Amino acid sequence: MGSVRRVATIARHTFKESVRERVLYNLIVFALLLIAAAILFGTISVGIEEIILVNLVLSSISVFGLLMAIFIGIGLVSKEIERRTIYNILSKPVTRAEFIVGKYFGLLLTLLVNTLIMTSGFYLALLYEKRRLEAADLVPLGAICFILLQFALVVAVAIFFSCISTPILSAVFTFCLYVIGNLLGDIRWFGQESQSRALEMLTSTLYYLLPNFGDFNFIARAAHGESVPSYLLVSNTCYAALYVTVLISAAVLIFEEREFR
Amino acid sequence: MKDATPGARRLWTRRMCSFIIVSGLLLLWPLQKSIDAERGPERELTDVLYLPSGTILRRLSLGYEGLLADIYWTRVVQYFGRRRMANVTRFDMLGPLLRITTDLDPQLLVAYRFGSIFLAEKPPGGAGRPEEASALLRRGIVANPDYWRLWEDLGFIYYWDLKDYPEAARIFRAGSQRPGAVIWMEVLAAMVAAKGGEVQTSRFLWSEIARQAETDSIRKSAEEHLMALDAQEQLQRLNEGLDRYRRQAGHPAHSFQELVAAGWLKAVPKDPSGVPYTLTPDGRAALAPESKVDFRLLQ
Amino acid sequence: MLAVETIHLTKDYQVGFWRKRPRRAVDDLNLAVELGEVFGLLGPNGAGKTTTLKMLFRLVFPSAGSARILGKDIGDIPVHAYVGYLPENPYFYDHLSPEEFLNYAADLFGLSADERRRRVGRLLEQVGLQEARDVPLRKFSKGMVQRLGIAQALINDPQVVFLDEPMSGLDPLGRHEAGDLILRLKAEGKTVFFSTHILSDAEALCDRVAILNRGRLQGCGELNKILSLGISLTELTLEDPSPELLRELLPLTCSTVKTGARVRLEIPSATDISRVLEVVLRGQGKIVSLNPVKMSLEDYFMKKVAAPVEGSGEKGIVSSGG
Repeated sequence: MGSVRRVATIARHTFKESVRERVLYNLIVFALLLIAAAILFGTISVGIEEIILVNLVLSSISVFGLLMAIFIGIGLVSKEIERRTIYNILSKPVTRAEFIVGKYFGLLLTLLVNTLIMTSGFYLALLYEKRRLEAADLVPLGAICFILLQFALVVAVAIFFSCISTPILSAVFTFCLYVIGNLLGDIRWFGQESQSRALEMLTSTLYYLLPNFGDFNFIARAAHGESVPSYLLVSNTCYAALYVTVLISAAVLIFEEREFR
Repeated sequence: MKDATPGARRLWTRRMCSFIIVSGLLLLWPLQKSIDAERGPERELTDVLYLPSGTILRRLSLGYEGLLADIYWTRVVQYFGRRRMANVTRFDMLGPLLRITTDLDPQLLVAYRFGSIFLAEKPPGGAGRPEEASALLRRGIVANPDYWRLWEDLGFIYYWDLKDYPEAARIFRAGSQRPGAVIWMEVLAAMVAAKGGEVQTSRFLWSEIARQAETDSIRKSAEEHLMALDAQEQLQRLNEGLDRYRRQAGHPAHSFQELVAAGWLKAVPKDPSGVPYTLTPDGRAALAPESKVDFRLLQ
Repeated sequence: MLAVETIHLTKDYQVGFWRKRPRRAVDDLNLAVELGEVFGLLGPNGAGKTTTLKMLFRLVFPSAGSARILGKDIGDIPVHAYVGYLPENPYFYDHLSPEEFLNYAADLFGLSADERRRRVGRLLEQVGLQEARDVPLRKFSKGMVQRLGIAQALINDPQVVFLDEPMSGLDPLGRHEAGDLILRLKAEGKTVFFSTHILSDAEALCDRVAILNRGRLQGCGELNKILSLGISLTELTLEDPSPELLRELLPLTCSTVKTGARVRLEIPSATDISRVLEVVLRGQGKIVSLNPVKMSLEDYFMKKVAAPVEGSGEKGIVSSGG
């Protein structure tokens, strides 16, 4: 279908644009840091360094990707509007929905490739560390899947905010929503412990309404060798897919009303 | 801005998006519930715990130890509260959690105080690890040498949990010399040295704890202990009275109404939780089954 | 079927920070552009030309009225496949080369790889960018960017081409080439709709023009009809005429301009030229040139624009029928 092809074209273009910008440098820096960390921690007592390595690596992948998702994501739409390059796109047979969806998948692709490279770097470091890889070493891949799902959700949030406010505010909102999304469990618990029924209902509503990033936190458990249960993988993927769809629809809805003076 | 020519396609897009948003948000609810069910209630807990020691965590936290300490402290309270509600009797993670919390923030005094009560307390009220509690407090004292209440807590562990009265007295005396220590610490030291296991001493200590309690759980625990002590005393007096009655009347009392009718009691005696005492078949006073007093606290 | 049609097209902008007042950028615009013609939308800066074009592409939305391109309502996005658009002061992606950008545009139209390669190559040559085809756009001058803009407007071989200030940023050679391109497009049967404030370009290229001022249509009609109308004069230039001769000619002329040794006289059409010539020859005046003067587009334009803004719907001196 022509629509799919146009979305793919925009996605490819967005990916190319991201790659040609700053992303590449982050990767190199990260890969070097990783190898250095591996060597450094190898000198600590046996048994501890792998836990720390996995923890460190997964957290880094998560943090780097998150920063990338936010900072590229917020500019995706607003930059095109600001620079007026959007006139060239929307004057072609491209609907606004196709534009938004294309941008989304473009950034997601960027993060995917990024994560792939970092994961390879990680396994190379591990190889250097342990000389041999075992099946148990594939366990962190589950946590990485969850990190990718988190990225998918953060990018959708960033694009949504990119449609309604300036780049700086979008970054702030996206970051805040990410932090709150991670603490939703605590927020709900807080509401339950409080004496106020109204507060309890409010926190419960927020728990179900806001994106629950805490669902995807598996780094600590992966560091201890726990693998991801398949039912959790399925439900989390469904959750992410559903929420992304909601966010992108909202972004499209808003973007359809947007005029370009 | 009003649009005079929305066009059919655009209207369709609007409707489609609105529909997706509303139904999507509604669907999230059961989905999230199923995820919660699969992860189990302690998921946040296991996330944060899985690091071998607080010192490593402290180094990794890059300046945010205070925040992390607060998060861990929240976990301590959640962990403990949930388990108590679920009537679980083992609290294996309490010690490690408190260790990590205090490693991250050695000045988090409430953590030490909480630990001193609930780590030391025997199950089901606590983890039953007085040595761990005392070690925790000693580290707290090292980090906060002038906070005399930690001495009080430490002394209390030796007094109540370890029943080591001479050591308790020594600790109370050392604590009484810290700046700001209240005058009664010295008195307490003397009391403990002289009349170790006396109920008054214990009651005094527990009422102090209740008065100073910084969290509801600590205060509640202290009040429960006081109730137990009071109940124990009351039962003792009741049973002495019942013995006298038996000798005088020639038979054990059948009910408290009998004693009231005979003028020995003004009314049916109630335990500190407000539940009336019962009479066992052999004429001794005992706690009613529905009483909230828990004598296990006195072990 | 008309190439472009606007019916009571109106755009109000809300201006002001606290209390929004509407500012009417385009007011009840009714245009009809025939297939295969070159149509010029003229007007001073801020007249609403760019706003009209943006509305046609739904970059901004009409507050009232409607418009159609190739018979389809402007809300119909797929019709963009048959249409090309050059925005005013175009801006493209810094990190791409012109070839890459044209490839991107071609992909958005869904052209096959072969077709794309052919057209991109041909267009780059047509606009004179084939030597810079790999140079990143951030290094381009304004003129080069403008050429790329024209190229991307033609990538899909459109039936109607919309150009917003196509000559802006081009040097004289570039403008000449662009003019040739427009005429070539017309020869191929395409419709060209362009907006400009440079009247000489419109005069050279357009079949019909519409004049927009402050959002309202001030006049519209076929160019040659407009230009053949109006007062025609005869211009007589004399070399160093004597004061007596000038005095004699004064009642016959409507304006006298002295530039150095030369004097330019304008003789109204009502006056008989032969009488004037008689006077000149008797006074031994030296004739440099004698020309009939037609009303230029500029004159027509100034008349329409400088005059107080007239009511809406006025079609001007010549109706747009035919």
